[in-house]
Amino acid sequence: MPSKKYELPESEITPKSVFLNRRKFMMGAAVAGVGLAAAAGVDRLVSPGTKVLAGTKLPATPNPNYGKGLKPTSYQDITHYNNFYEFGTSKSDPSENAWRLKTEPWTVEVEGLVHKKKTFDIDQLMKLRPLEDRVYRFRCVEAWSMVIPWVGYSLSELIKACDPLSTARYVQFISVDRPSQEPGIMSVNIPWPYSEGLRMDEAMHPLTLLTLGLYGEALPNQSGAPVRVIVPWKYGFKSAKSIVKIRFVKNQPPTTWNLIAPNEYGFYSNVNPNVDHTPWSQARERVIGAPIWKQLQPTQMFNGYADEVAGLYKGMNLNTYY
Amino acid sequence: MPKKLIIFLKVLVHLACLLPIAWLVYAGFENNLGPDPTHTVTFFTGRSTLRLLAITLAISPVRKLIPKLGWLIRFRRLVGLYAFFYACLHLLTYVWLYAGFSLAAMEQDISHRRFIVAGLAAWLLMVPLALTSTNWSIRKLGGKNWNRLHKLTYAAAIAGLVHYWWGVKPGVTTPMFLTLLIGGLLLARPVVKAIKERKNGDRKPPVAVGAEKM
Repeated sequence: MPSKKYELPESEITPKSVFLNRRKFMMGAAVAGVGLAAAAGVDRLVSPGTKVLAGTKLPATPNPNYGKGLKPTSYQDITHYNNFYEFGTSKSDPSENAWRLKTEPWTVEVEGLVHKKKTFDIDQLMKLRPLEDRVYRFRCVEAWSMVIPWVGYSLSELIKACDPLSTARYVQFISVDRPSQEPGIMSVNIPWPYSEGLRMDEAMHPLTLLTLGLYGEALPNQSGAPVRVIVPWKYGFKSAKSIVKIRFVKNQPPTTWNLIAPNEYGFYSNVNPNVDHTPWSQARERVIGAPIWKQLQPTQMFNGYADEVAGLYKGMNLNTYY
Repeated sequence: MPKKLIIFLKVLVHLACLLPIAWLVYAGFENNLGPDPTHTVTFFTGRSTLRLLAITLAISPVRKLIPKLGWLIRFRRLVGLYAFFYACLHLLTYVWLYAGFSLAAMEQDISHRRFIVAGLAAWLLMVPLALTSTNWSIRKLGGKNWNRLHKLTYAAAIAGLVHYWWGVKPGVTTPMFLTLLIGGLLLARPVVKAIKERKNGDRKPPVAVGAEKM
């Protein structure tokens, strides 16, 4: 039955497959002629509050260089406390609505200033380079943080495979834009599709992860399935989810939160305890999943990755380039 | 209204106002405050404050429109004090869970964050109201002055709403319901007054002092 190397038989999937079973039931219902409207109704009746979108086990090898001394946040919290406005603005909206997104088949188009314009499917991305387990700190601009065991490999590997032109100075990531599968696109009034970007040297940095999994399994939809980037030294919104296009460009690309509030959200958006946002001090953060009296902790420069990435911003005034 | 009934209703009001904090404590013990308990407690206590303020603001227009409900005034100070109680809890969550009791952190916040300033202003505006909530204060100040002072409730509610809007990300509209509700209740005042004036000509409106025994 398993057609791909990274898929395991149904029996080996954890109880999280409850969700998949539900999805199968719904498909069955639709096939049986219940019809779309009725299916939507059924969904409303059977959808429990806590849903996890199941992942397939991925053949990844732990990378011991990342995550020493970090205790990962629970899978439950990582997958039920999300900012993913395509599915709504509330933290619980993504886990409730993300199942609507159809992630199979999925392709990522690589375009722009590049020698090898290519379209990758997920299978190709899974097999391009060996998958690694990497435990990273994750810091949201809303002053909360998690520790997340991602699965993927350095984005630089994909970039090298595409061979960008020397004129390409930035990389832009475009997220999926499907109003029929992403209710937030209709209800949240921000410019769609979600667009993010990195300077080429940031994108090429070994920490920048082309991410395909979480906790050893394929990404659940609410975490940006089937493929996203993770830039651990920047605020979470810089790490684009559910990517359909990677575009190599000459000039700094437009990025969604920068378009919404340029004074608040700069293009760089590096985690920086010394540069505040209007509502939130960035000097401290709340650890998700910790007991209430232990949540508060100081925020580290570049989210604790200063040794690795501070060099990228040498000579730049980080108060101006926030 | 019979005294026994008033006492019974007061007990009910107390219980209703204590319900939110009871829920919070229960959820805390059940470990049910969600992945970000600090955030949950903050928004919960903040919203409770604004909801109770909205109730206190509703009492005056309601009793003016429906004179039969004039007795509602007996509960206004009580609900207002509970609003202040939740505002204090809200402030405490900030001082403890966000600022970690650090004076430097609070100073930094006050000088840099308008939403903290608005919230603090709302709380400060409620302090004199809570302090003068006794019968003794009403006698001492006289009904007219007391009423005038307690118009600060309007300013506190507005500051609270501004604080709420400034505290959420752009695009988030959760403060909308409370804004429309409180905005409506504030606008209702001149409207109700105009209606009354047209209706009764020279008859005086019922005295709105909270002077009846608590």
